[in-house]
Amino acid sequence: MNHHTFQTIGIGVAFSPNLKANIYEAARLAIFFESKLILIHVGEHSEEKSDTIESHLKPFKDRELDYEIHFEPGDPVGIILQAINHHQIDLILLGAMQREKFLQFYLGSIARKITRKASCAVLLHINPSVQRIPCRHVVVNGMKSSRSAKTIASAFYVGHKLGSERITIVEEIGQDEVAVKVEDDESLEKATAIRERLRLREDTRVKNIVDTIPEAYKTGIAVTSQPIFGKRGYSIGHYAEVVRADLLIINAQGKSGLKDRLFPHDNEHILKELPTDVLILQ
Amino acid sequence: MTTKKNSISIFLKSLPKNIFSGFVVSLIALPLGLGLAMASEAPPIAGIIAAIVGGVVVSILGGSHVTITGPGNGLVGVLLVAITALGIEATYAAVICSGGLLLLLGVFRMGKLADFFPSSAIQGMLAAIGLIILGKQFHVMVGNKISRERSIDYLVEIPESVIMIFRQDSMSLVYAAIAGILSLFIMAYYPKLRNRFLQLIPAPMWIVLLSIGFSYFMEYIIQAPNPIHPEYMLSGIPKPNEIVSQIPSPNFSQAAGFPFWLSVISLTLIASIESLLSIKAVDKLDPGRRRSNVNKDLKALGLATVGSGFLGGINVVTVIARSSVNVNNGGSNRSSNFFHAIFLTLFILLFSSQLFRIPLPALMAILVFTGYKLASPSMVRKIFNIGKEQLIIFFTTLLFTLFVNLIVGIIAGVVVTFIIHLFVSKSILLFVRNVQKPNVLMYKEIDSGGYYVSVKHFSSFLNFYRLKQNLEMIPSNSDVVVDFSLCEFVDHTVMDSLSDYQNVFQKSNGSFEIIGLDLHDAESEHPFALRRLLPGFQFIEKNLTRRQSTLSDIAEDYELNYVPDSVSEVRFLEDFIFFRTKQIQRIYNQLLNDISSFRIFDLTFSEGAFIAREVVRTTMLHIELEKDIPVFTLDREGFLEKIYAFAGFRDIPIENHSDFSRRFYLLGEDEEAIKSFFDDDLVHFFESNPYYHIESNGHSLLLFGKERVAGVKEIKALLDFGKRLKEIVTH
Repeated sequence: MNHHTFQTIGIGVAFSPNLKANIYEAARLAIFFESKLILIHVGEHSEEKSDTIESHLKPFKDRELDYEIHFEPGDPVGIILQAINHHQIDLILLGAMQREKFLQFYLGSIARKITRKASCAVLLHINPSVQRIPCRHVVVNGMKSSRSAKTIASAFYVGHKLGSERITIVEEIGQDEVAVKVEDDESLEKATAIRERLRLREDTRVKNIVDTIPEAYKTGIAVTSQPIFGKRGYSIGHYAEVVRADLLIINAQGKSGLKDRLFPHDNEHILKELPTDVLILQ
Repeated sequence: MTTKKNSISIFLKSLPKNIFSGFVVSLIALPLGLGLAMASEAPPIAGIIAAIVGGVVVSILGGSHVTITGPGNGLVGVLLVAITALGIEATYAAVICSGGLLLLLGVFRMGKLADFFPSSAIQGMLAAIGLIILGKQFHVMVGNKISRERSIDYLVEIPESVIMIFRQDSMSLVYAAIAGILSLFIMAYYPKLRNRFLQLIPAPMWIVLLSIGFSYFMEYIIQAPNPIHPEYMLSGIPKPNEIVSQIPSPNFSQAAGFPFWLSVISLTLIASIESLLSIKAVDKLDPGRRRSNVNKDLKALGLATVGSGFLGGINVVTVIARSSVNVNNGGSNRSSNFFHAIFLTLFILLFSSQLFRIPLPALMAILVFTGYKLASPSMVRKIFNIGKEQLIIFFTTLLFTLFVNLIVGIIAGVVVTFIIHLFVSKSILLFVRNVQKPNVLMYKEIDSGGYYVSVKHFSSFLNFYRLKQNLEMIPSNSDVVVDFSLCEFVDHTVMDSLSDYQNVFQKSNGSFEIIGLDLHDAESEHPFALRRLLPGFQFIEKNLTRRQSTLSDIAEDYELNYVPDSVSEVRFLEDFIFFRTKQIQRIYNQLLNDISSFRIFDLTFSEGAFIAREVVRTTMLHIELEKDIPVFTLDREGFLEKIYAFAGFRDIPIENHSDFSRRFYLLGEDEEAIKSFFDDDLVHFFESNPYYHIESNGHSLLLFGKERVAGVKEIKALLDFGKRLKEIVTH
């Protein structure tokens, strides 16, 4: 089975009120995945800063957390991207911001830039907390692509490591795939039949992928697949929100240019309003 | 192959009914066509040409099922402006161009265009059109033809024209006014006469028949000239042999000018909105519960309009009143539209000389009534009930349409709606940020098989098409849940349309639930229309009327519970054949037992739409049985025969009970089961008791006497009858 593994996890640390929570989340992840944690602070080194970080990491030291702290002044986006290459980071953690009043989360400009350019997997955290919030329900995008087998396999790897109870594989069926435009009863019947066929086809495809995943990763996890209809890339976020998923796993897309930002599609929509924690795989 | 053969045989079988219904429709189309064309200041024949061309073209190429096409009342205002500004020949050219645009709208699948207009704004616009029609024609109706520049002036001068009736020098003008006012009374009070045989001829045709009859009466019996002023008689209808030579040639010389295109665009806008609204409304009336192919219909309408323009006719649109007459007379497919055109052609060819005997005021009374219906106070009250802000939208659109023009009116309506939405939601960002987002998620829930639709951010006329697109993809016999819990704002247009969907789904045995709105009221207090429009939340005032308190006494006597509140959840009534072409609005004043298996209630339902719409209040008894019985309808001989004939039912004779068979009309599909169900006991029971209309839907019975609310005594009799019937049926 071919899946992503996270041997090195990176996090950018800023001295914000969320510092402790962010470090706790990162350290916990590193322990779950048995990987090395790289903490990067964009700024000059000082004993005081170093001590603060160390003190937050203290509870994890007994649990054999392997970590490094790096101080690097400069442009945050550049530094982090550089560090990802330099330390061969597999997974970078980024925090989201909350829109005032509303229970809506979005990415700040720095995080968004990193997400677009990073060459490794990115985990976007909406609600870092000192106490662990269990990751019960994982929703993964099973949309047909050359990478979908790897994405689904990675979802089981992540779910297994985090002790999830449920994985839902979502197949997004776009409007355009149902070639018939619904205008009256006849075309509606046709379109319903086509959708049913698409659904069965997708189900078989996903089932075949799930079959290749070792039992060890599947024990204790309930697997369902759910076809949804809506706008690609956006609707899966909406779905994750509706079912109150704890983690949404999606694929990264190719380079996003100016056009994508003006006419947002797919992942760009999800970055604008994070439905839950999102893991973007390369 | 068999299915094809089958559909041909079904088509042939339904042909007689469609021919009949086409005939009835043509009776109403004739006076309306003449009147609408004259109100637009086009030659009267132009309306008939539009109806004939529309009927032929759309019935062959269209995508709807029971709609009737012809000249529409909405277009009167626009055509009037166009003809005044451009002249009649150039207007024909504008009609042709607007037909072309309509065709393009259909080709590019722009049938959803009408969804982008807030419903209160559309109603405001229609009301303004109604006032324009009413204002202009009122004067003709009372024998005082005037000509003013602006449509508002006509309205202002209505009182003067009324006074003029009493000051006319010439008695012939007074007679003209009398003809008009009598006709108006016929229009207004005719629907109140619930007699099946009278109803066969629609009110407008009675007006035509009576006035022609009167004219002959004067000529041959009294042998005096018609007392009505000759200027107020219908004129300008070509004789059959002149029709071809009188076809005007459209004049395209103004096609480069701005006023020309303003007219073209107004015509297209109104034609498409009126047609789309009508198609939507007629689909609700269709007993076959079919969906119309809107875009195909638009294409056909466009083509028909082009043809009509070349032949000297006005725009062809789908018309609601005539369509609903069609449905109520058993029209079941497009052939009735075709036959309505054929009958109109025959009328013109055979009776064109008789038409000159119709007084104009009588004809215009029909239009005044149409105009009044569009702008009636009850509509304003309905809008007010939804929310005060809807009234602002309504009146803004109305006033702008009256004082400026239609396009400015509808734009003002859209702008005001949006501004009100901003005020109510107190957030411009909500709209700006999210308007582009595909905010609707739909999926089929694997465990239940139902559809779940979740809407995010906001849902208003701006992005309703997205929600609609998804809802359209759901077969209407499935279960749907629409969840607004992630949605911060839902407007009236959306709620309005959703309640239409609710109707469609309920009638096709599906379900359509709206959830997640309870929070909205609490959280933000405002999202208006919400509280109002969720069905089932309207209450009759707490102080009971005298009838109501008597009812509550009866309830105690019979050990029933009394619930005066109005309830719109009436699913237990949906599958009775009686309600196939009727829309149940609400039930109230219920007397029911603890498990709701025996209940008597007042009910409001409506039949038809627009000027053909009749609202009926009646009292019914519903008995839920514990066992299955055959589906049947029992009534006095011949009374409702016509309606049930198109459900494929026929009279079933019961052997050895010729008296029963003679006096009652028993209909149903499963003849054997019904024959064995009607045993001696049951037959004797019916023979020896008063008449009621009794209907079974397989597991429950529906009983009612007259099509009006029953008095206290009648309720007691109905209760008693029902109890004894139940005993006999279940014994």
